[in-house]
Amino acid sequence: MQVTMTVNGDAVTREIEPRMLLVHFVRDELGLTGTHWGCDTSNCGTCTLWIDGEPVKSCTTLAVMAGGHEVRTVEDLADGANLSPLQQGFMEEHGLQCGFCTPGMMMTAQALLDKQPDPDEATIREAICGNLCRCTGYENIVKAVRWAAEHPAGADSEVSA
Amino acid sequence: MTATDVPVSAEGNPIGFGRMLRKEDARFLRGRGKYVDDVQLKGMLHGAILRSPFAHARIVSIDTSAAEAHPKVKAVVTGAVLETLNLAWMPTLSQDTQSVLVTDKVRFQGQEVAFVVAEDHYSARDALDLIEVEYEQLPAVYDAKKALDADAPAIRDDLDRPDAPHPNHIYDWEAGNKEHTEEVFANAEVVVTQEMLYPRVHPAPMETCGSVADMDPVSGKLTIWTTTQAPHAHRTLYALVAGLPEHKIQVISPDIGGGFGNKVGIYPGYVCSIVGSILTGKPVKWVEDRSENLMSTSFARDYHMTGAIAATRDGKIQGLKVDVLADHGAFNGVAQPTKYPAGFFHIFTGSYDYDAAHCNVKAVYTNKAPGGVAYACSFRVTEAVYLVERMVDCLAQELGMDPAELRMKNLLQPEQFPYTTPTGWEYDSGDYPRALNKAMEIAGYDALRTEQAEMRRAYEAGESQNLMGIGISFFTEGVGAGPKKHMDILGLGMADGCELRIHPTGKGVIRLSVQSQGQGHETTFAQIVAQELGIPPEDIDVVHGDTDNTPFGLGTYGSRSTPVSGAAAAVVSRRVRDKARIIAAAALECSPDDLEWEPGRWFVKGDPDRGQTIQEIAMAAHGSLELPEGVEGHLDATAVYDPPELTYPFGAYICVTDVDAGTGQVKVRRFIAVDDCGPRINPMIVDGQIHGGLADGIGMALMELIAFDSNGTNLGGSFMDYLLPTAMECPSYELGETVTPSPHHPLGVKGVGESATVGSPAAVVNSVLDAIQIRAADMPLTPAVVWRAMQGSPLRNDLAIE
Repeated sequence: MQVTMTVNGDAVTREIEPRMLLVHFVRDELGLTGTHWGCDTSNCGTCTLWIDGEPVKSCTTLAVMAGGHEVRTVEDLADGANLSPLQQGFMEEHGLQCGFCTPGMMMTAQALLDKQPDPDEATIREAICGNLCRCTGYENIVKAVRWAAEHPAGADSEVSA
Repeated sequence: MTATDVPVSAEGNPIGFGRMLRKEDARFLRGRGKYVDDVQLKGMLHGAILRSPFAHARIVSIDTSAAEAHPKVKAVVTGAVLETLNLAWMPTLSQDTQSVLVTDKVRFQGQEVAFVVAEDHYSARDALDLIEVEYEQLPAVYDAKKALDADAPAIRDDLDRPDAPHPNHIYDWEAGNKEHTEEVFANAEVVVTQEMLYPRVHPAPMETCGSVADMDPVSGKLTIWTTTQAPHAHRTLYALVAGLPEHKIQVISPDIGGGFGNKVGIYPGYVCSIVGSILTGKPVKWVEDRSENLMSTSFARDYHMTGAIAATRDGKIQGLKVDVLADHGAFNGVAQPTKYPAGFFHIFTGSYDYDAAHCNVKAVYTNKAPGGVAYACSFRVTEAVYLVERMVDCLAQELGMDPAELRMKNLLQPEQFPYTTPTGWEYDSGDYPRALNKAMEIAGYDALRTEQAEMRRAYEAGESQNLMGIGISFFTEGVGAGPKKHMDILGLGMADGCELRIHPTGKGVIRLSVQSQGQGHETTFAQIVAQELGIPPEDIDVVHGDTDNTPFGLGTYGSRSTPVSGAAAAVVSRRVRDKARIIAAAALECSPDDLEWEPGRWFVKGDPDRGQTIQEIAMAAHGSLELPEGVEGHLDATAVYDPPELTYPFGAYICVTDVDAGTGQVKVRRFIAVDDCGPRINPMIVDGQIHGGLADGIGMALMELIAFDSNGTNLGGSFMDYLLPTAMECPSYELGETVTPSPHHPLGVKGVGESATVGSPAAVVNSVLDAIQIRAADMPLTPAVVWRAMQGSPLRNDLAIE
């Protein structure tokens, strides 16, 4: 069947099987391989992307369910060559190691920051608890999100106390 | 050189050791990492594996005709097909053989039965449902403790071992001095014996295992992109398994989404993707799903241990002994050095001063998945540290001594290094009391004990159901295998090559045999070159994970990258520096002996203005400068580093837990970790390695478990059943460090990748048991396990409750 949606601002139309998962759609049909496939059961969160601004686990979402909606993936976080404040935070605070969970983790964290620009540690931990990471023990991911909160315009900015 | 002395590059990076942001992050943050599943080749086909639903069953028949008739299916491979290619079985890394696709009977649930190649992944999966397999179910050996019973079914009837004491017996292996140990125990004032289980767990990296095989039918060259921590070892093994010429195999290990030991071995799926490509003439991708990963790839631990510790009544430890029943699953697929079938488990004497120790490890086959190298364990050091640190706490409880005081009384002293342990290890360096003191200071140990006493008083008075525990673990790790004269995998010595080439403009490339799975090698190895040659780290490119473009070596596991390849990187850098000295002398028309080195530059002694930077020397080395006789042009070097010994990082960990005595719920309140891994190349990355290991330890101690029911069915086959720690279960860690360099490593550094995984589980368990004042309960300490332990009816965690 035919499905049409907006992905990272571009309208895309594809002929697909109705059973195709959204994670496979963005990876295999669109070549956006930043979204990863990790568990099939919505537990690990490495497939997290946005539908209409809400983080969604694309391993348990059919591609056709995103038809007519706006999908955003990790590839859209940076502004051209410039990393977003959250991406900068992950780099500055060593919030990633193998990098496999990182796209999903950032999509979840960015959604939090959009709703709540200055979250405390407990809020961040609760927000990202649907995204597993095996490398960092979460410490530096929490710090990365805090860094972004403290530098809303990136490296040259800080929130005055 | 201290961190503050390190010069800074134009881009703000330390030209040497120090905190530096990672080079590799730029692609990962943009979603542009390239993992195996991201590889797309023209005309690529997709594979899927049919797996056995039974743990032990004879194959009566397999009918693939309906699958083959599927319009999108290109090939269906069974064990019978592989037998015609002599590929139905392959060697494991431990002198055993393993089924690729089953030919006679399945020996664990999830075992590979057939492989389908189709135009797309969904069709391949559809076709699996079209394969008809008739199984004749057999009773399963699901309990290691019953594996050697007289009536236990024989699992490996494929093996011809008439001398084996039982068909399910693999080996008995011992270390230490049995007679002396028995004598010490017979005369000891206090002996404490304790059974414990280090249950089966799974490394579960976020990226599952997979491969893309591309056999070029014209050139006969096989290129395989695969999730491997050891690309060169895989290449050699493929040559041996498949009879392919080694120079016609290129193993590419691209970005790897976590390994933790899970990606050391060769799995049937990799071999099937190669066979699929040979049969179809097209590239074939195979990527397992999460259930396949948890059910069939390399598990970890599964050690049933009975320990005994002997001591004087005033707390001087005199001896430790342990009997281990090791559950290896259906094939002995561990990846230990050949001489060490139980890995480095005999480091179990730990960090204390006594001379009597003995262990016996009895390994058995069961109807479970094979493996056993895995999960950041440094070749079974994790099990060893868990044993000794639990036994010391059991002794403390028996003697009514504070566990910190008991440890302090028995720790090895700095002047005892190098120290030879009763089982033969030579610890290189350490200052153990300093590390424990530092951890206790950060924790505020005495204040915690006061708070604990008050909470216990309130609990006993019925005012509260909250208890608090303080658990200590002191570990000594042994990492950085070889030397190759003692350590090999399948005859391949554990030494690693390295090549450094400085280009004419002074930029360079370093080629490594090891492969990062997130450890940041692209950054730290550039920093090693920077430290030794004064070239900014941004000017050094790191090449790894591609056997056509890197020198041979055994790869990254057992925390061996920095101890082995890090040393190799230092050696090649120093060779380049020595060659640069000769070239600089020619350019300056002086003797090399007249030159002195400062970071990035050779200059004339007493005349510091006369000198040549490494960049000027690089250009001269490639230019028209006449070089002394015997000195070739260009500026490069190669090395193979065969470590003289392991390095021995160590640490003192303290875990504070809150336990709800009414529900058994455990909350990790604080985790203090003082690590000593010698000088730190990049402290930010070292801290990150420790953070990850602490989360692993918390997960294993409280949540993670692969158990089996009486049919041999795996009960941890998805992330809904196999629970990993999230940000909610992990505290904010409190780290400290001491620095005791290794005397034999060129940079003084020791490995650190697995330290926290090795050290932390015992601290968590000791903490919980300290809270509830119970001597023993096995991991994972779920609410049910804790509550049952408090009721005096402990659960056996490795079996289903039936």
